[in-house]
Amino acid sequence: MPKIIYLDNNATTQCDPRVIEAMLPYFSEKYGNASSIHTFGGENRHVIDRARHTVADFINARYDDEIIFTSCASESDNTAIFSAVRANRQKKHIITSVVEHPAVLEPFRYLQTQGYRVDYIGVDELGRFNMDQFKAVLDEDTALVSVMWANSETGTIFPIEEIAKLAHEKGALFHTDAVQAGGKIPVDVQAAGVDMLSLSAHKFHGPKGIGVLYVKRGTRFLPYLMGGHQEKQRRAGTENVPYIVGIAKAAELAKKRLAEGTMDKVAALRDKLEQGILAQIPDVKVNGDPAHRVPNTTNISFGYIEGESILMYLNDFGICASSGSACTSGSLEPSHVLRAMKVPFQFAHGSIRFSLSDQTTQEDIDLVLKELPAIVKRLREISPFSRRA
Amino acid sequence: MWDYTDKVMDHFKNPRNVGSIPNADGTGQVGSLVCGDALRLTIKVNKQTDVIEDAKFETFGCASAIASSSVLTEMVKGKTIAQASKITNQDIANELGSLPAEKMHCSVMGMEALEAAVQSYRQGGKPVVFEQEQEKIVCKCFNVSEEAIIKAIRTNHLTTVEDVTHFTKAGGACGQCKGEIQKILDKVNGACELPQQAPKPYDQMTLVEKIKAIEKVLEEEIRPKLNMDGGSVELVDLSGNTVKVRLTGMCSGCAGAQGTLKNFIEKVLQDRLFSGLSVEQA
Repeated sequence: MPKIIYLDNNATTQCDPRVIEAMLPYFSEKYGNASSIHTFGGENRHVIDRARHTVADFINARYDDEIIFTSCASESDNTAIFSAVRANRQKKHIITSVVEHPAVLEPFRYLQTQGYRVDYIGVDELGRFNMDQFKAVLDEDTALVSVMWANSETGTIFPIEEIAKLAHEKGALFHTDAVQAGGKIPVDVQAAGVDMLSLSAHKFHGPKGIGVLYVKRGTRFLPYLMGGHQEKQRRAGTENVPYIVGIAKAAELAKKRLAEGTMDKVAALRDKLEQGILAQIPDVKVNGDPAHRVPNTTNISFGYIEGESILMYLNDFGICASSGSACTSGSLEPSHVLRAMKVPFQFAHGSIRFSLSDQTTQEDIDLVLKELPAIVKRLREISPFSRRA
Repeated sequence: MWDYTDKVMDHFKNPRNVGSIPNADGTGQVGSLVCGDALRLTIKVNKQTDVIEDAKFETFGCASAIASSSVLTEMVKGKTIAQASKITNQDIANELGSLPAEKMHCSVMGMEALEAAVQSYRQGGKPVVFEQEQEKIVCKCFNVSEEAIIKAIRTNHLTTVEDVTHFTKAGGACGQCKGEIQKILDKVNGACELPQQAPKPYDQMTLVEKIKAIEKVLEEEIRPKLNMDGGSVELVDLSGNTVKVRLTGMCSGCAGAQGTLKNFIEKVLQDRLFSGLSVEQA
């Protein structure tokens, strides 16, 4: 097995050793239930309180109790969406975008079957949010607008602040899935004016299995998981102390990285990779909005060849990336994000997403730039389309 | 991550017979850039013996598509046109050890390209694009015909819509044709089921059969209607041809109860089971 060159950080990241170290005592000696009366368990209440404060600080929440710990961002998304419609029953219209994560799209599709009017806002060829369409469909009957902060496949950042403002003007709640923004760019819930926001620890070097739902004070809220007093009766289930400690530590480290400009260095590496590919390989196309993009992501289409084949050759060199091609997912259609952007089919099937992190090195990028051109050339030799292209 | 066999990986990494035979005796094409996979197969045939002497391929697609194409060229070489025509997608998958279920359509693509190449040879070498019959297209997203679906069901003993999608891609995008695929499955697989027995006339039924038949009509046709008004009905007794029932819920004590009993419940039971039945309040 060759050394792993991990360029799939939008799928998940390595849990930071400092995060693991912080978590460990809460599996073994400090295993008490935070809701217990005895000191042994009850002390963990303070541990959770501190963690909540750290996470609140990470996204600039005004009050610590605006942070609800969940099991994952999918749970946060589901909770936010169903809470918004159940707490505002008189309104029957909800809005999202076509490029959301399935954890948002599927609840919207479900609510559509339950009699809700649903509008899915489209994107242009750069993946930019169609503000005109949004303004046209938004009305006083809109209960919820849920639009992602940054796109997982292309890294395109949406103008969340503007969308939130428009939603509020019509009296709608605004939720954002900020999973791909957290840790990559500053996330400030007050400046952005969001009512609810979802985060996931494992996208910024925290553990899998813990997420956050931010709910601004004063937002009408109904719980998704019922049957417990935890999280002020907003999310039932014994508090997952080690993971709550983990997400707080990861948030603390991520905040530091952002403050120190580490993500600018990541962006420089990403740009080196992108420019290197564009310079060396013909018939390639960058997908997404170069002017508004998270610093770690590039999505590049290689014309006339298919993404899974590219990934499997990269795999031989230990290079981990992912593809929006149909064949990699088990579904038969290329990524819904690339299709929404109307990326031509000869490019959509051959798209590769490289997502870097602060752990990515110059050597990693150099290796990709060394091996990739030959892989693409080899596959194009087999392809019936490139010969005539 | 797919569980590919070593042989799939070998043919993917070291594809045999890549390229295009100049002045080929047969050229078959299938798929397109839109579909996400495509294969162009060229064959050289000895016109005296009908033996395929050489075969080359070009493929756009994933690892299993490339491997299926590569192994196909090895399989057809040395075979006569008649022998090669008998190769099915299952033969291609078997030759590779196996393919993941979701990837079986890659082997089907190989079979279709071969069919087109053989047809091309028989028509004098003009390239043939494998085409589904337009008027019977079931899956409009992937352009899959009823004929292709029936063939996949028969060759691979498919029983579910999901199977059909794995083998032909039909139903894999918008999913609108899934109902139609189910009907085709029912038609193809249902052919070997026993014909349904005609129901026994009411007057020849045993007492238990009669009670069950009445209960069935009550449950399926009468209660749903009564439920809509907040009522229901229970079967209390059967004596001779008199069905004794009790109206419940909103129906009990309803001024129209007698009308419901005679004009609705009795009428439906007479119509469905036996004209001599009468219904009374228990």
